[in-house]
Amino acid sequence: MNAGIVSYGAYIPKYRIKVDEIARVWGDDANSLKSGLMVHEKSVPDFDEDTATIAVEAARYAVKRSDINAQRLGAVYTGSESHPYAVKPTSTIVAEAVGATPVMTAADYEFACKAGTAAIQTCMGLVQSGMIDLGMAIGADVAQGAPGDALEYTAAAGGVAFIIGSKESEFVAIIEDTYSFTTDTPDFWRREGMPYPEHGGRFTGEPGYFKHVTHAAKGLLSKMGTKPEDYNYAVFHQPNGKFPSRAASLLGFTKEQIKPGLVVPKLGNTYSGSCMMGIAATLDQAKSGDKIFATAFGSGAGADAFSITVTDKIDEIRNKAPTVMELLSNPIYVDYATYAKHKGKIRLA
Amino acid sequence: MMSVPRFWRKQVARYNLIGTHCANCGAYYYPPRNMCPKCRREGKLENFKFSGKGEVLTYTVIHTAAEGFEKQTPYVLAIVKLEEGPSLTSQIVADPKDMSIGMKVRPVFRKLGESGERGMIYYGTKFIPE
Repeated sequence: MNAGIVSYGAYIPKYRIKVDEIARVWGDDANSLKSGLMVHEKSVPDFDEDTATIAVEAARYAVKRSDINAQRLGAVYTGSESHPYAVKPTSTIVAEAVGATPVMTAADYEFACKAGTAAIQTCMGLVQSGMIDLGMAIGADVAQGAPGDALEYTAAAGGVAFIIGSKESEFVAIIEDTYSFTTDTPDFWRREGMPYPEHGGRFTGEPGYFKHVTHAAKGLLSKMGTKPEDYNYAVFHQPNGKFPSRAASLLGFTKEQIKPGLVVPKLGNTYSGSCMMGIAATLDQAKSGDKIFATAFGSGAGADAFSITVTDKIDEIRNKAPTVMELLSNPIYVDYATYAKHKGKIRLA
Repeated sequence: MMSVPRFWRKQVARYNLIGTHCANCGAYYYPPRNMCPKCRREGKLENFKFSGKGEVLTYTVIHTAAEGFEKQTPYVLAIVKLEEGPSLTSQIVADPKDMSIGMKVRPVFRKLGESGERGMIYYGTKFIPE
């Protein structure tokens, strides 16, 4: 029995801050940052938005897009590294807000930037075993970057929800297979009670991102007997524009294959939402029969690779909820002071 | 700020705009009522999920906010008339200069407040311009 994507929904807050504005405050060279990171601006949450509200908006769009009866959802898993509560699930808030409660299971996931794809894999297992009818996997974050840290140029806000099922007549895309590669690699972490994460600087590149992404991707290609040229599109975790571009080139994927899913230059890194946002943006424009190769990466570290084939049902549902490009359009730009206020970086008495 | 049980009792109504509809006289109520004030004993109340579409009946711009809302000023507080009939007070997520009476609004899921750093976070519905 196959698992597949029955629906999907994305949400991006409407505020943006430009890399130039952050660089102005810290005295950095904006042009070298923009060309080095391939990121020009990033999303900023409103005062009253957090991972739970972003997850709910994405989840509601996913339910709306395929007109799903939310009572069919037997599981809701939300992956994030910025859950609003340390103890008290985000997923119960989402489940209540979409009307999926009470006969269902729920839990929150944390695996840096790949907690959302870990939730997809869990849902695949549950629907394929027949334990549940439909499962919802969410990746959402209001990513944290300490003031003045390199992460501050990219740490963004956004979320994506996928509804995973096993009835082929409902699929907008079949997930043919998945493959994960996981090791204990301390490239990025946040200790309990600390407001901002720490990272190993350049150590996050080779032993973190590239090792795991390439091993997971090659593992899946070898397991399935497919080659990069068999795919129309490819999506890689996008902490910036440079890493996924280089990963694609190392693996033999072209710039054209990653183009539709490379949303990071105008969005920033939405952490748990990052790779899933790229898949959503690719589904927004893919045609029936198109094949999508996707690999998410989470520091700590691990990578989840997926092989996806789009069905003709995509055309029926695509425009029933906002596309990623629509969510990225008409942003409101804020200055650093407003951004700091929105993100709670200024502690008020 | 509210007590935990008081918020929890209103939570589902706040998340999903669930009110009541009287099957006897056809009136809609938000927040939900236990009894139809028109039909009294003859009333037949049932839960009803509002579409969330509405329009601004009137609004004000808050510059001197209550505790917990200080850093959001200036913000808009409005009476929103839902398309099914009932009106409710809600924050509108919009620039005060973009507001007008009669403007169409739709619901969004937002943080309504929190009981300090240690207490619970209150979520629910606000409105944004359609």
